[in-house]
Amino acid sequence: MKELWKGNHAIAEAAMRAGCMFYAGYPITPQTEVGEYLSGRMPELGRKFIQAENEMAACYMLQGAGSTGMRCMTSSSGPGFALKQEAIGYLCSNWIPTVFVNVIRWGPGLGSLDSAQTDYFQATRGGGNGDYRLPVFAPNSIQETIDLMYEAWDMAEKYRNPVMILSEAALGQMMEAVEFPEFKEGPKQSEMDWVWDGVGDRHSFNHGTPLYVDKPRRVREKIETMQENEQRWESYLVEDADYVCVAYGLPSRTTREAVDQLRAEGIKVGLIRPIMVWPFPFKAFAEIKKDVKGIISIETTDAGQVVEDVALATKKMVDGNVPVYGLYTAQKVVRPSEAVAFIKRVIAGEEKEVF
Amino acid sequence: MAVTKSVPRLLENPHTLCPGCGHGIVFRLLAEVLEEEGYDQKTILTLGVGCCCNMNPPAWKGDVIQTAHGRAGATATGVKVGRPDLLSIAYQGDGDAYVIGLAETLNAAYRNEPITVITVLNNNFAMTGGQMSWTTMPGQVTVTSPNGRDCDITGLPIKVPEIVASFENVNYVARGTTISAAEINKLKKYIQTAVRNQIEGKGYSMVEVVSPCPTNWRKGVADCAAWMNEEVIPYYPLGELKNNNK
Ligand SMILES: Cc1ncc(C[n+]2csc(CCOP(=O)(O)OP(=O)(O)O)c2C)c(N)n1
Ligand code: SF4
Ligand SMILES: [Mg+2]
Repeated sequence: MKELWKGNHAIAEAAMRAGCMFYAGYPITPQTEVGEYLSGRMPELGRKFIQAENEMAACYMLQGAGSTGMRCMTSSSGPGFALKQEAIGYLCSNWIPTVFVNVIRWGPGLGSLDSAQTDYFQATRGGGNGDYRLPVFAPNSIQETIDLMYEAWDMAEKYRNPVMILSEAALGQMMEAVEFPEFKEGPKQSEMDWVWDGVGDRHSFNHGTPLYVDKPRRVREKIETMQENEQRWESYLVEDADYVCVAYGLPSRTTREAVDQLRAEGIKVGLIRPIMVWPFPFKAFAEIKKDVKGIISIETTDAGQVVEDVALATKKMVDGNVPVYGLYTAQKVVRPSEAVAFIKRVIAGEEKEVF
Repeated sequence: MAVTKSVPRLLENPHTLCPGCGHGIVFRLLAEVLEEEGYDQKTILTLGVGCCCNMNPPAWKGDVIQTAHGRAGATATGVKVGRPDLLSIAYQGDGDAYVIGLAETLNAAYRNEPITVITVLNNNFAMTGGQMSWTTMPGQVTVTSPNGRDCDITGLPIKVPEIVASFENVNYVARGTTISAAEINKLKKYIQTAVRNQIEGKGYSMVEVVSPCPTNWRKGVADCAAWMNEEVIPYYPLGELKNNNK
């Protein structure tokens, strides 16, 4: 039976059900409820919660526990998530599966508590040093957040890599009717063939080959494999569309309403909704028809971030020099009427393309 | 009669620490204690960033996590969460544990995390070529205090074990040195007590080791010992600062 749940509480409960045994984090709005919920719920089930001294320490606690093969997670937002960047690099460098939840608030700096997607670059490009990538899930509903949380550790362990759930302030704070999956357990620590176990250096191997041998090539292979296998998206009325919108997270919901309104007026518009924003769903663009007139990124940023991936995907997958436009609504999720008006201006030639 | 001790299994491989370096002695004592306690294959050692990085495998034959500069207190905390049945030991330099990582060091101790922290105090950032540390002595010349450390504007040498000992529920804090055979014997006892503190589930323990860095002090081994006796050890008193287990 469906029950009403707040987004952040749902993230926390879904993590429990996915087998998370350890949470470490530091409070920051708009994701504080994740830690609050787990502070009671984790000990109830004999699991571990630590209120860390800061966001960096929380991540290094994850490095320790994750190295032993324990399913663990942290969550944060805005400046708190900025502090996690160094550690994400270390976790990638050491191939430690862990789960990060980022409930984005508008930034930079202290920013504001408004719902935003302004940390898209940080999530998909990374803010730490070195060449690394994280699979980044970008749900657009609380039910989808639950479903993706439930898979997060499986993917992290499959690639021996941290993964991220990218939420946004409004999605964390709002309530929806949802259903939770059954509790499941992660693999036994003792049965994983790479973990730090106190004995020796099994962990420096991956499927029989030492990690430090030819590391740049192995990193590249891992990133390319993830890019090939993990693209995920939802297409809506794309095949015959003269204009294709691209939006992830909450803006994808209002953009879809805009698409319906325009279709009702006989204007052929479609929507690609990335469900993973890294790897970006390039393959989704293969469906776009040859004589498409424009691609439109709709996002909650100040100056355009997602639009760069949209332009790259367009260049690679769509013939001809198709113009790419951007509608950026900064501190609020786009309203359907705003999106409709913007798309009409694009059609009328009144908007300048970004790429 | 001369006593010959065999090299502990954990240290069978060669290492790249400088001759006369205190780190070498501390690792040797740690290896002996872990073997004697039966934990050489039941320990995850978290290394800070500094000259102790020289002990990454293969030099140390046990299990090692290399963490970020300053964060070993947090990483070792997580190790213990992941495997409460193993020993979780953080090994750090003074710059790592007391300067960049002061927050993580004090907070792990403050929470009384059930881990053991070993810090090597050599009055400088050795690995990066001998810069001033919070443990650099008044007037000591380093490459970033070329006129001698001016404590009026850079602070007095920090005594972290004393702070940690002031946290009421922390059980064991000691300061030893590698300066002589007698002191090395005492130091081994401190490390052993700290490790047993963790084995017995008694919470946090810390051992600080006042230790020479002949390379960056630009001194011979005998001069190192003389300077430590004259200046460093009088400022950093040796012994058990706290032992609630007695
Ligand atoms: C974030 C970061 N900043 C700076 C460094 C460079 N660094 C490496 S070791 C070190 C100082 C180490 O000093 P200490 O902890 O006293 O160890 P020692 O080498 O003296 O034993 C510094 C500054 C680094 N590795 N990471
Ligand atoms: S530089 Fe100093 S601390 Fe580092 S290995 Fe050499 S003597 Fe030891
Ligand atoms: Mg030092």
